[in-house]
Amino acid sequence: MNIYVCIKQVPDTETKIKLSSDQNSIDPTNIKWILNPYDEYAVEEALKLKKATPESTVKVLSLGPKARVVDSLRTALAMGADEAIVIDGPETIDSLVAAQAVAKTIQQEGDVGIIFTGKLSIDDGTSAFAQQLAEFLKIPHTTVVSKFDAEGTQYTVERDIEGGAKEIVQMTGPCVISANKGLNQPKYPSLPGIMKAKKKPLKEVDFASLGIEAGDSKTLFKNYQMPAEKPPVKMLAGDASAQATELTQLLRNEAKVI
Amino acid sequence: MSKTLIFIELNNEKIKSGSLELLSAAKNAGQEIIAICFGPASKAAASEAFQYGANEYYFSEKEIMSVYNPEAFSKTISTFLNDHKPQLVLASGTQLAKDLFPRVAAKNKTGYTNDGIELTISDSNVAVRRPVYAGKASAEIEFKNSDCNIVVMRPNQLPVNSPDTSANGEAKEIAVPEMDLKTIIKSVVKGASEKLDLTEANIIVSGGRGVKEAGNFKILEELADTLGATVGASRAVCDAGWVPHSMQVGQTGKTVAPTLYIACGISGAIQHLAGMSGSKVIVAINTDADAPIFEKATYGIVGDLFDVVPQLTKEFKALLG
Repeated sequence: MNIYVCIKQVPDTETKIKLSSDQNSIDPTNIKWILNPYDEYAVEEALKLKKATPESTVKVLSLGPKARVVDSLRTALAMGADEAIVIDGPETIDSLVAAQAVAKTIQQEGDVGIIFTGKLSIDDGTSAFAQQLAEFLKIPHTTVVSKFDAEGTQYTVERDIEGGAKEIVQMTGPCVISANKGLNQPKYPSLPGIMKAKKKPLKEVDFASLGIEAGDSKTLFKNYQMPAEKPPVKMLAGDASAQATELTQLLRNEAKVI
Repeated sequence: MSKTLIFIELNNEKIKSGSLELLSAAKNAGQEIIAICFGPASKAAASEAFQYGANEYYFSEKEIMSVYNPEAFSKTISTFLNDHKPQLVLASGTQLAKDLFPRVAAKNKTGYTNDGIELTISDSNVAVRRPVYAGKASAEIEFKNSDCNIVVMRPNQLPVNSPDTSANGEAKEIAVPEMDLKTIIKSVVKGASEKLDLTEANIIVSGGRGVKEAGNFKILEELADTLGATVGASRAVCDAGWVPHSMQVGQTGKTVAPTLYIACGISGAIQHLAGMSGSKVIVAINTDADAPIFEKATYGIVGDLFDVVPQLTKEFKALLG
């Protein structure tokens, strides 16, 4: 059985975003690219499942410009994944096209046991990929999962919903699971892990070979803007009591939010 | 006039304010509005939907639609879209909608975006602006290659009209297709808090390292209770295990945009600021006058939260009765 993990490479959370001169993308200079934080939980959970089912293979898969994306695939291999697949493709496709391309690749690879991915990517935050991948593979999905138990191909998972509430969901594999923070504690790659990762198989799939048109995307991100400059902060003087009185009045009479 | 379908969700048998925002926006844009709603009390909610502008209303109180199941909901809505062919589908950004509508978009090969903060509807087009990089920037979404597009909006972004109490109509039962479900929702476990989720909350009181220990969150909860607010937290205190991860605000937690955000003892790491800078009014309370949170704040208080927050609770109690 193959355990698939779909990962995305994203700018580091510490990145200061700058816009390109035409404002239709971000300026890629000086961006440090990392494995999407939520995808780390997906990799870790796949590795945990492999421990329980040693005959399985963890295949980590990513779509994007190969030259850059392979770094994040190597990180996942160093964490313990067995094989990597990179779909060398454009970045300007939407989740619908990406999900179709990945679904096609996974179908070609075959023997789908289960697919893990992160609940969202911290770049565009669309959080649509997992559900759309599941739809194109005609299998069920559960998103925002913080607990995962397997009994054979029967999976019982906890999905986080509003206000700390949880849905307890039962699914039969194959299925798609999107990981939330709290699912596990990802282990950082060890030095031997990093050395081994260099020798692990990394397969390349040409996006154009999948018969999916990048131009079929139905959404395009454009006219990027930086947030409006906030007026300078109004600092409140006096002791705690005076500050509290003034703030209450300002929130009611000036900001009108209370 | 073009057709807009609005997916409505209820809270205590009343239409959620996020859904009312969308009914109002579609009505103000002169759209023909079809509203749909599933689950217990979905039939009775019709009258409220008509008062806020729905032209047609469909519901299902069938057992299979009483608890959210991605397969059952997506198949039912997909079939409904094929039958009614709206140009636009709007839903408010609850956990349910964010899980459901990407799958519907894949079934019907329609455009999809979530997290909308600006919405402009015209008969020929819809324009949406949404944050990217957790609010470090924003982008406009251009829809193309599709006759139908689905937009999930963030709550608390759009005004709600006054209801027209004379408006009424007939609630019709939606056809739920036959299906063989592979997903079973065994149970729903309630959270510790009955309050609105951070992503829907109108006011958030949030705590960071300055709160010093888990037990001290009680001080923030008292302020939150007075204001009808939801309590949030920084990554540091969630990672330390003081509060659950469901309370984390930031780029790797929840991105929030309440009307009022009160940051207590939060210094303002870039990833936290990214997650809350869309808030309309930000109050920062911190002992360190140089904390980065003050650069994003509307009102700043340099002081000890253990002195200031209880005073605030007292003031708000007096003001709000």
